[in-house]
Amino acid sequence: MADPYLTIFLCALLTYGVRSGGHLLMTYFGTVHHRIEAGLNAVPIAVLSALVAPTVVTEGWPEAVAIVLVCLLSLRFSMLPSLALAVLALAMMRQIAGV
Amino acid sequence: MIETRKEIKDALRDVFPVASAIAPYSAVFGALAIDQGLSLTELLVTSASIYAVASQYVMLDLMLEGVALWSILLAVLAVNFRHVLYSAASVRWLDQFGPMQKALAFFLLVDPQYATCEARHTKTPITPTYYFTYAACVYIAWMIANLLGALFGPLLGDTSRFGLDLILPMFFAVLVFGFRQKPRFFAILSVSVASSLLVYFVLGSPWHITLGGVCGILTAAALSEGPQSKEVAHG
Repeated sequence: MADPYLTIFLCALLTYGVRSGGHLLMTYFGTVHHRIEAGLNAVPIAVLSALVAPTVVTEGWPEAVAIVLVCLLSLRFSMLPSLALAVLALAMMRQIAGV
Repeated sequence: MIETRKEIKDALRDVFPVASAIAPYSAVFGALAIDQGLSLTELLVTSASIYAVASQYVMLDLMLEGVALWSILLAVLAVNFRHVLYSAASVRWLDQFGPMQKALAFFLLVDPQYATCEARHTKTPITPTYYFTYAACVYIAWMIANLLGALFGPLLGDTSRFGLDLILPMFFAVLVFGFRQKPRFFAILSVSVASSLLVYFVLGSPWHITLGGVCGILTAAALSEGPQSKEVAHG
């Protein structure tokens, strides 16, 4: 594992980069090609779903159900209550599954 | 002087509900980070310097799994990417700020800060006084809650007993699901998930993050129909 402080520092630098980058790009360029823009817009959807996908498939059924459940809960509630209810449901499902 | 006082008053009024909503996230992150093996100093440096809860969750998760540094950075970039849009939108309301003020303003440009300024600037220009009063309150609430979570979280004991270990994947799932109104969401999602799983079983972790993500991004670029289909940015 890399030095944790190096990792933290680079993540902080990267975060500052995206928070200032949009402003600088708009100031100097104005517009970008529509395919690049569509690709940039898709970055969070594509990478985050790729990150979560194996969890849904490789853990047990309670975990898979909990992931689907929390998405459905987010239709009705904001992030924090959705997570709280899903965590509660997961704890109960794990009891039932006997793990 | 009266102007300044009114700006501060407005900022305090607007920030109160936001600071109280942010505090629990920060406390949970503090508790989880300590539980997963981060030291208190590492936690506080993380929260003080990165100051983006989703990115910190990703970093924590991958760092403790021992994933390669460039993979961590890519995942952090992905989670953070919406800030490019906020930053681009801020061109419209940061015109009263000097270069140094702008440089500091970007560091503090978190989700609620963006949302509040975006809403306020249509009625009143955003002044540095308003912006930094609001930002300072969010930042202070964030750091205090973080510390409290770290100090009192361990009293809960083994968190997997409560299902807390799945908070991270659930958090990311909700973030992704929140984008469902975006153009071609289901096409991008299906391609990313399918390619991620394929890579996960064939090559193994962490390649599924990078390759799954790249496949989804290319899908979006390939399906884009040009400027007329361009979506309206937030707000």
